[in-house]
Amino acid sequence: MLAIDGSFLDFKQLDLLAMRQTAIHRLDPRAKVLTTLLFIICVVSFGRYEISAMLPFLIYPMVLMTVGDLPGGYLLRKILIVIPFALVIGIFNPVFDRQVIMQLGPFEIWGGWISCMSILMRAILTTSVALILVAVTGFPATCEALEKLGMPKVFTVQLLFLYRYIFVLTDESVRTSRARQLRTFGRRGLGIRQFGSMIGHLLLRTWNRAERIHMAMLARGFSGEFHTTHRQSRFGREEIVFMGGWITFFALFRVYNAPQLLGRLFTGTMP
Amino acid sequence: MSHHKVEVKNLRYVYPDGTVALHDVSFRIHHGESVAIVGANGAGKSTLLLHLNGYLSATSGEIVIGGTQLVKRNLTEIRRTVGMVFQDPDDQLFMPTVFDDIAFGPLNMGLAAAEVESRVTEALERVGAANLRNKPPYHLSGGEKKRVAIATVLSMLPEILVLDEPTNGLDPHARRQLIALLQAFHHTRIVTSHDLDMVLDMCERTIVLQEGRVMADGPTLEIFGNEELLKTCRLEKPLAMQGCPICSPGSRIMPEQKPLVPRHGDKYHDHDH
Amino acid sequence: MHMADALVSPAVGGTLWAASATMIAYCSSRVRKNLDERKVPLMGALGAFVFAAQMINFTIPATGSSGHLGGGLLLAILLGPHAAFLTIASVLMVQALFFADGGLLALGCNTINLGAFPAFIAYPLIYKNLVGRKTCQSRMVMAGIIAAVVGLQLGSLGVVLQTVVSGVSALPFNTFLLLMQPIHLAIGVVEGVVTVLIVSFIYRARPEVLESVLQDKPPAELPVRPLLAVLLVSALLIGGGLSWFASDSPDGLEWSIAKITGSGELPETDHKGHKQLAAIQEKTALLPGYSLPAETRDGHDPTPTTSEERFGTSLAGIVGGTLTLAFCLLIGIFLKKRAHSHRIQASR
Repeated sequence: MLAIDGSFLDFKQLDLLAMRQTAIHRLDPRAKVLTTLLFIICVVSFGRYEISAMLPFLIYPMVLMTVGDLPGGYLLRKILIVIPFALVIGIFNPVFDRQVIMQLGPFEIWGGWISCMSILMRAILTTSVALILVAVTGFPATCEALEKLGMPKVFTVQLLFLYRYIFVLTDESVRTSRARQLRTFGRRGLGIRQFGSMIGHLLLRTWNRAERIHMAMLARGFSGEFHTTHRQSRFGREEIVFMGGWITFFALFRVYNAPQLLGRLFTGTMP
Repeated sequence: MSHHKVEVKNLRYVYPDGTVALHDVSFRIHHGESVAIVGANGAGKSTLLLHLNGYLSATSGEIVIGGTQLVKRNLTEIRRTVGMVFQDPDDQLFMPTVFDDIAFGPLNMGLAAAEVESRVTEALERVGAANLRNKPPYHLSGGEKKRVAIATVLSMLPEILVLDEPTNGLDPHARRQLIALLQAFHHTRIVTSHDLDMVLDMCERTIVLQEGRVMADGPTLEIFGNEELLKTCRLEKPLAMQGCPICSPGSRIMPEQKPLVPRHGDKYHDHDH
Repeated sequence: MHMADALVSPAVGGTLWAASATMIAYCSSRVRKNLDERKVPLMGALGAFVFAAQMINFTIPATGSSGHLGGGLLLAILLGPHAAFLTIASVLMVQALFFADGGLLALGCNTINLGAFPAFIAYPLIYKNLVGRKTCQSRMVMAGIIAAVVGLQLGSLGVVLQTVVSGVSALPFNTFLLLMQPIHLAIGVVEGVVTVLIVSFIYRARPEVLESVLQDKPPAELPVRPLLAVLLVSALLIGGGLSWFASDSPDGLEWSIAKITGSGELPETDHKGHKQLAAIQEKTALLPGYSLPAETRDGHDPTPTTSEERFGTSLAGIVGGTLTLAFCLLIGIFLKKRAHSHRIQASR
């Protein structure tokens, strides 16, 4: 299967997950978007050598995943794909930071390793909540939430159109790729000239399609402004509880290093 | 009723590069008529349709719809009166959900939210897609998309429905559903199609276009009986009129199989083998 | 080249988020005022096109490695700067949300790196000026390559700066720069060539597509004033105001420079106010990477220096960490069981 087939199916899968009906899915999207953003800000605000302090933050994505009934394996796979990109940079930390700050028996651990692990931790936390956000909210709802929070209408329209036509275009793109691949014998990759011409054709078809869409819009009276019926947005008690609860949680565990405290309790080394 | 009439007078359209797409096309369609425009690819069918809602402006000639001449300043009203459904429903369904797409037209007309709501519900009912209300368009099947696309113009309460190749790409069941749906409408219907059997079922009048000219304009059965005309225009008789596939000369069914085929019939041939 | 949240600090991420949000707002109002409603479906469709095109890889000649189209310059050529910027921003957002390709907080950084530089610098200042009104092939190729290279160099420079200033990565500025720039030089050349190939294809097949854009009157303006204003204010608030709290720790850039130049001693300040604020900062650090191990606070060094002390803290950390993880897992299992039983009950 082509790589593009794979990514496309992935895309559809997240979209489908967003259609489920769980307590999390039913929350107003604004609550979810804001809480996720605050989560990320909290996590990245940790010092570079913090690892254990970040661990309690795993609870947020964990809870969302289980209550939102999201398939763990699928999300894990997606996270694993993305993490190497952060690690490629992070792996240099032990190279440049060799100051010893930890000791385990006879082993002296460089700061660089600690901060590298910290980067790994951050990567896991931030990418998991980003994916979970879409899986429990859905893209159109996320856009709506952002619009209500101040994003300009033109940009919202752009996002929605983009989303809508990604399905159509990746479909076309898959078909073109497949057709070409079936006529390529031997594992020769796609050369630049061929690519240019293939993509050029796709671009022209896209341009034509955009013209036809424009025609269809005009045929229904479009004159530049998008009017929308405002869907009832209920930012009610559940949303307040959700946000308030999690923000308190984040703040608490940001300030107090719970695992460290817990560990000290157990190992009897309270200061 | 004399209004809701579509009059095309000496319409001529020349592309920017100089090719003449339409030469002196004239016809008049009355209220409630169901008219098909047929012809080979490139004959000018779609180009002609695009004039009917003012997307293209004629190089010369005029178009009068419902007694109003089609000029720039009354385009908005014309576009409400003439509901156009395009060939590829993906071009027409560009909003996040079915509801949004059907509401698009009425909202552009400036209607109030409650009115928009009722129009959408009604349009969904008429095309039998009430259950698709909150679905995104990329989750619909081909037939569903077609029906929703029709609903997107129905919500504007047009008097004239123009459809470009409506049965294109539909499976037999969806096609049958669509034909039944269109037959139930009382609007003036103008349809372009290669599906000559649908034309036979649905349209009492047919206009044949060939290289931008009107070659024939009359009752459908008559036109489809004129073999020479059809041949010149790169058309053929609808399958329903082509004779029994089993007992006609030139049939490709093996003689041994013939006795096994039961008696069959349709409205043109009803016989035993 | 997408920045990940894992490598960014709230200060850097936040400032650039604010900056790119302002630019999006500005471009949105520009596009709206232009009243060319054909742009609306075009932006969406071309965005989807770029998205789809990025999934197709081609082989780079002579290296055998595979590459894919970035699309920033191409979009700028087809749509003009403001519309292209919005389109690129929208594609980045979809990538961040669906593929975690680029973080949500780092979205601002990525929008500037991959959107602002091609759309507002590479295209108007370089490509357009070099090509002028003539569309001869060789000129286009040269302009395309130079524009793409410049755009990507600026973009990768952006990544380097943002990473180093954030202070999460320990890569020193020089080293990182040396890693990034040459690679992106090569990528830029390829991008330029591919972009021009596509543009020439379009020009041969349907020249009016390009004509309509070339005609696009007002020479592109950088939304300079609003952008500068936002950057200034954000920098003042976040950087300036909070540097009150920054205490005796140097910022990431200084630190890496100190490290490279080998000037062992890290600058120290023992301003009294700083010390008190430092204590607060320690609890609420919005600027990580500032808590270096060899820091003095409140007069005594809390960092364990003897190996036993280090061992003690480390052990506590590990034990506590393991317990926390176990706890998290238990919560997860518990919730899953609850959800499962709820579903069974509901289906009865």
